[in-house]
Amino acid sequence: MKPLVSVTHLTRIFDVSKPWLNRVIERLPKSLLTAVSDVSFDIPQNSVYALVGESGSGKSTIGKMVVGLLPPTEGSVTIEGVDLAREQDPEKIEKVRSDIQMIFQDPYASLNPRWRVKDIIEEPAVAQGKKPEALAERLLEQVGLAAEDAGKFPHEFSGGQRQRICIARALASEPRLIVCDEPTSALDVSVQAQVLNLMSDLREDLGLTYLFITHDLTVVQHMADTVGVLYLGRLVEEAPREALFADPKHPYTRMLFDAAPKMDGFGREIEPPEGEIPDPINPPPGCAFHPRCPLATDLCKRERPEPRLVGASKVACHHAE
Amino acid sequence: MTDPVLSVRNLTVEIPTRRGVLRPVDGVSYDIAAGEILGVVGESGAGKSMTGNAVIGLLDPPARITGGEIHLLGERIDQLKGEALRKIRGKKIGMIFQDPLTSLNPLLKVGEQLTETILAHLPVSQSDAEARALAALEEVGIPAATQRLNSYPHEFSGGMRQRVVIALALCAEPSLVIADEPTTALDVSVQAQIIALLKRLCRERGTAVMLVTHDMGVIAEAADRVAVMYAGRLAELAPVQQVVQAPQHPYTDGLMGSTPLASLGQKRLRQIPGSMPRLTALPDGCAFHPRCQRATDRCRSNPGPTLAACNGRAACWHPLTDEDRAAREATA
Repeated sequence: MKPLVSVTHLTRIFDVSKPWLNRVIERLPKSLLTAVSDVSFDIPQNSVYALVGESGSGKSTIGKMVVGLLPPTEGSVTIEGVDLAREQDPEKIEKVRSDIQMIFQDPYASLNPRWRVKDIIEEPAVAQGKKPEALAERLLEQVGLAAEDAGKFPHEFSGGQRQRICIARALASEPRLIVCDEPTSALDVSVQAQVLNLMSDLREDLGLTYLFITHDLTVVQHMADTVGVLYLGRLVEEAPREALFADPKHPYTRMLFDAAPKMDGFGREIEPPEGEIPDPINPPPGCAFHPRCPLATDLCKRERPEPRLVGASKVACHHAE
Repeated sequence: MTDPVLSVRNLTVEIPTRRGVLRPVDGVSYDIAAGEILGVVGESGAGKSMTGNAVIGLLDPPARITGGEIHLLGERIDQLKGEALRKIRGKKIGMIFQDPLTSLNPLLKVGEQLTETILAHLPVSQSDAEARALAALEEVGIPAATQRLNSYPHEFSGGMRQRVVIALALCAEPSLVIADEPTTALDVSVQAQIIALLKRLCRERGTAVMLVTHDMGVIAEAADRVAVMYAGRLAELAPVQQVVQAPQHPYTDGLMGSTPLASLGQKRLRQIPGSMPRLTALPDGCAFHPRCQRATDRCRSNPGPTLAACNGRAACWHPLTDEDRAAREATA
């Protein structure tokens, strides 16, 4: 079966140089930040693909490129066989665009405070020129709120309820793919459980596909079918969930797992991981993880490892086995 | 047993508003012993930070302490004002806030901030203070500490900045540290470093720690005892292992069950229906009863359950027993 989303050799470089006059006067070179570098993955229909990584690993940038909020510098994102950045036929573009929706991290910032919930939820449908009867009311009930809430304003709702409104809005255009950028990071655990359960139910009922962007490994372990681990803009490991959590191959993945707090880790004395993510403007040569890696050798300092298959996982490491 | 470092009795904080008096903290009592880490958990709005701020005297008016007593090393501190309070802050109680960028002065070098704090609280000379500042930075694991003394906060990464904040909180050798969500703004790997550092320093110096967080994983790993707060009241207070593995209060049970780790391999997460009541509309009796499956008429009537009125561990008329939990495991 053809995947719904296919990301190939995706790269995004940001120009973070000073203004050109300063550069000329201070004789500074241009400085470029490679946020995402040569990332490829596929998302099959009706599955959940999770991108995990720490801040600065490029996970949100990938999400933005998938929905088309940012153009890629190199490589391509193909959704249903259409490359949005290069496609010329406006009809095809419109068709695919309406199949993609996004849910953002902060439900306090992603809803217009001056709009009524009804208008917020119906906007994606209205933008497509459709106006189904009682759409907002139906969607509100689908996400576990009351139909009467349609006339209220966002400030009348709590964080979890707002995130439900965001989900209802995302459903309004009947999408096939929803990109969720840290959808539960701003929520308390008990509310997070409610929202995650809702998202699982919707996936089953509507046959949705999720691209799940998060730093929370416990959420990934619960939701994802396939997991991609990012480090400094590169995919260091990609594996089905069970394989990844049972037997992480890349030393960075292992470090992440060891560092994550455990519910049964009473008084656990861990050797905390060393160092921090390096500066993405001047990444280390070779494998970007080598300064923090316990397995690093001279080879890692010289040569960047290419992704290769080890068991069920695709790992970019010279020493993984 | 020695006297606790911090002893809070029946602490009540009130905020007068036009629509009546709100009680974000209501009759909270707990002790923290030397070298002990007390975790305070709860959802946003449960009153965790408010409790911490009340102890160090940082309540924003119109919020104020209206009842109860706070004793630090046997000395009553909740009625102190002005100069007397300032002597305790920083000297006897160190504070670590969530956002390391806003708790450092961006215009002063890190070394100056440390030296200033040490000079303000300890009777040492300028050169002694500088030596202590250097030692403090080295102790929290900042590489090349001698050069870093002359750096500004913006030159540090998030994790390094939080280390500086810890160094600042500990440099006057306080007997109590209040850490309010110290790792929420940090990445997982950095969070592990900070938690390990906090644990090590407090054990070495015998500092009592009040660790306020909403992250159950952090609590499980760092805390010795846990206080669970709900709608301004203590729901449960017990050693960490009991709270996580054998919670007695239905709210604690729901909270633990809703973390994804607890429902591994299950299709759906266990969830608590509804949401926490607003302080303006607290229900009668036990504040948790509208969301509780075990609620009876007794739970709906005043006075609500308190730790003291119940078994001293969970403020609940019908605490969960081992059999209840076993029965649920069997049906799941």
